[in-house]
Amino acid sequence: MNLAGNSLLSVVTFLPATVAIFMCFLNSEAKQNARWIALWTTLFTFALSLLIWINFDPANPDFQFVEERAWLGPIKYKMGVDGISMLFVVLTAFVMPLCILASWESVEDRVKEYMIAFLVLETLMIGVFCALDLVLFYIFFEAGLIPMFIIIGVWGGARRVYASFKFFLYTLLGSVLMLLAVLAMYWQAGTTDIPTLLRTDFPVSMQWWLWLAFFASFAVKMPMWPVHTWLPDAHVEAPTAGSVILAAILLKMGGYGFLRFSLPMFPVASVDFAPLVFVLSVVAIIYTSLVALAQEDVKKLIAYSSVAHMGFVTMGIFTFSQQGLDGAIFQMLSHGFVSAALFLCVGVVYDRIHTRDIAAYGGLVNRMPIYAFCFMIFTMANVGLPGTSGFVGEFLTLLAAFKANTWVAFFATTGVILSAAYALYLYRRMMYGVLEKPKLKAIADMTPREIAVMAPLVILTILFGFYPAPILDVTAKSVNRLVERHDAAVKKARAESATRVVISPAAAPTR
Amino acid sequence: MSALAVYAPLLPEAILAIGAMVLLMLGVFRPDTQEEAGRIMWLAIAVLLAAGFAVLQGAGTELLFAGAFIVDSFARFMKIVVLAGAGVALILSFDEMADRKSLKFEFPVLVLLSTTGMMMMVSANDLISLYLGLELQSLALYVVAAFRRDSTRSSEAGLKYFVLGALSSGMLLYGASLLYGFAGATSFEAIAAAARAPDAGRDMLLIFGLVFLLVGIAFKISAVPFHMWTPDVYEGAPTPVTAFFASAPKVAAMALFIRVVISVFAGIQPQWQQIVVFLAIASMLLGAFAAIRQTSIKRLMAYSSIANMGYALVGLAAGTVEGVQGVLVYMAIYIVMTLGTFAVILAMRRDGAPIEEINELAGLSKTNLPMAFAMAMFMFSMAGIPPLAGFFAKFYVFMAAIKAELYSLAVIGVLASVVGAYYYLRIVKLMFFDDARAPFEATLPKERAVQWVAMVLIIAFVLPVISAPLVDAAAAAARTLF
Repeated sequence: MNLAGNSLLSVVTFLPATVAIFMCFLNSEAKQNARWIALWTTLFTFALSLLIWINFDPANPDFQFVEERAWLGPIKYKMGVDGISMLFVVLTAFVMPLCILASWESVEDRVKEYMIAFLVLETLMIGVFCALDLVLFYIFFEAGLIPMFIIIGVWGGARRVYASFKFFLYTLLGSVLMLLAVLAMYWQAGTTDIPTLLRTDFPVSMQWWLWLAFFASFAVKMPMWPVHTWLPDAHVEAPTAGSVILAAILLKMGGYGFLRFSLPMFPVASVDFAPLVFVLSVVAIIYTSLVALAQEDVKKLIAYSSVAHMGFVTMGIFTFSQQGLDGAIFQMLSHGFVSAALFLCVGVVYDRIHTRDIAAYGGLVNRMPIYAFCFMIFTMANVGLPGTSGFVGEFLTLLAAFKANTWVAFFATTGVILSAAYALYLYRRMMYGVLEKPKLKAIADMTPREIAVMAPLVILTILFGFYPAPILDVTAKSVNRLVERHDAAVKKARAESATRVVISPAAAPTR
Repeated sequence: MSALAVYAPLLPEAILAIGAMVLLMLGVFRPDTQEEAGRIMWLAIAVLLAAGFAVLQGAGTELLFAGAFIVDSFARFMKIVVLAGAGVALILSFDEMADRKSLKFEFPVLVLLSTTGMMMMVSANDLISLYLGLELQSLALYVVAAFRRDSTRSSEAGLKYFVLGALSSGMLLYGASLLYGFAGATSFEAIAAAARAPDAGRDMLLIFGLVFLLVGIAFKISAVPFHMWTPDVYEGAPTPVTAFFASAPKVAAMALFIRVVISVFAGIQPQWQQIVVFLAIASMLLGAFAAIRQTSIKRLMAYSSIANMGYALVGLAAGTVEGVQGVLVYMAIYIVMTLGTFAVILAMRRDGAPIEEINELAGLSKTNLPMAFAMAMFMFSMAGIPPLAGFFAKFYVFMAAIKAELYSLAVIGVLASVVGAYYYLRIVKLMFFDDARAPFEATLPKERAVQWVAMVLIIAFVLPVISAPLVDAAAAAARTLF
């Protein structure tokens, strides 16, 4: 255990990319080989990631599986996970095989390159959640743009070029400001080691700027209103698996960033800017839910609903309470597989009819009962029906928001109602009604491969709806310490600024 | 013997100069054939290698000619980069010229001569040796730009470069004469000592001398607003020559820039800092915006090099050890990216004719995936996307700028890099997202070798095996200036 435990995270992280390098030498014609290699690699990575979960000690709020090596002078190669990040690693490794399976038949063009891009992307995404050095984190965070840009641009839909550029440039714009903040933090603290930075008190005036710079990056990635506009475009144009990755993992990086950096490192600025985040979150929840109601494109509708759900996450995070943070993490994980499942569902009918137009469907339940059942489960989870995983996160964040600010909770709750409206409306238009469209008359239900993709998602959605403990137990200790440290830091800073106010009039005449 | 041993630090320059003469004689007295020219090309590369080896033999700081010529670890670092750039540019031109049956022995000789000039620029420690090196370099470059004398574009490029270059030399000389008037001496030490006087910053003679001197050097690194010649010369000159222009001379001029501002004008840092900050901002912005609408890949590379010089100057603007270290790392990485990109541009050929239209790259990933992938890596690297080397280049210069509290410069810089990312991405988009056009001719072996080596270096830079020696050497080199 000891030997494997010391570098387990690195193995999980770099295994896919290593395989990808070897795949470069594969014959391009051997499409089936590329698919199987990618599938086995991602499955094996998932198995290894479960090993992390099994060996993870939930009672320990510190970073575990820590691994440190010299790298570039002051910048260390340091990996590790705690209760906040560990489950995201597992989520990423879990979603990847589903993505590979979902692209089994729908991708016929340049299969080898497609699989390589996904494997490289997996390495970079897992790396984001494992990195314990700011620069290392930044590299993983930013490098993911390259494979995603290629995936959207090469295997995407009609307006893929526009979508891929928008995705890339929006995200880059946010990230470069974060890079400057990272550099400023390095000169202030003398290190980029995340555990050390978590214990560093940055001057309050500096915290504001750093917080804003990190916010620029995470708000775009999240995405928060009003910088969410890249998301619908990217989702619509990306291939199914690309949308799944975007919704399930990439969107979580923003929330993870808030939890890992903004809150603990800039506690005072976080409190000061919390009203701003609340307003943006509530606007996102209500506005994008209304926008979702008016969509004619299935993928776009789900994309807007993602923005709304991420609004609950940011709202929960900035309540600075145990419930809020637990809820936000739970919501992110739950949204990770629910939205992934919804995009996979869209992919199933898209592969058959090749349109995302809602109006082109109707009455699918008559020909595709299994499909309709799966879709129903995920729609309900998306709405946040009790008994599905979507409920737990939304309930906890609303509970925390109610404590923090009743009005925020009030407006956010209307979002729950609106989400029911657009999700059920979508379900009615696609599944019910008379099956009269000629194209749909011969549509076949899900194949065993597609069922194999959906089954684990259905099970997880229900399981975590009734029994959320496995997730909450893992996160509890780390979140608890984050909240405690945050409160202590804010109190300390407030006390300092209070004494400064008292002292300053006396000091003034001497100048 | 002992009298000669004093001149040991001069060995690399001596090898280059004597080598150039010998090759010139060989070329004149041997028959005028392609084989002979090819042989001279190989010999020129061997001379560059020998010079590089000689550079590595030195240690410590050595002064020659009453302090007019200095060899320190900064000079050694820059000389190695210059020699590497010149050598790879020669290798690149070899294939192209052999393919067109236009190998001429004059070309390697001129490259050697201009490299000698660059080496002197890097080691200049006196206004006179500065000017000598600069002119030796420039004169050879003017000729090389007009090398394809039956092509009007090439002649035009040579003439344009010459006229504007002469103008900049004039300004530089004027600045040098003002500085001589100020300090009463031409040696850098004397001027530095005079500029360290308490209120030197208010002396108009010094300030005007500084401005004119920097204008002359800014012209050589093509920093905005002295960049006008760059796109035209890059476009008009034969592509192998453009590859050379974009690499070694830029490094030499940057080395000169660094030495002048850091060691000569250390006493009036606030004054030159303003100038460098302005040059950096203007270059980054113009390089980013003007490149967007270009249709010729060579013009695009011209604007890209302007922007790159802007980023390098960000490090210099900090005026600290970290800043100079950042510039050195930046220049080394810049050389690799640029030569790699030009190796791809040179391989864009159809029916024996070079292609310069950017749009002709469309669908390259379907006709030649390895080349398209290499080019994509160069473009992402130039855009500064991690984990590629270009990211670390920018990382180090911005790190220095943040430490020096040049926040607005850093913010403008990173925002300009996002704009710049657009046109680099456009090339990736053409190669990967668009439909294929007719394939290019097969890539020549030396071009492919340069593409691959550059690509591997760019990607593997994250590994400490590659990056640590460079970063450490740059740090050691930077420290000798302070």
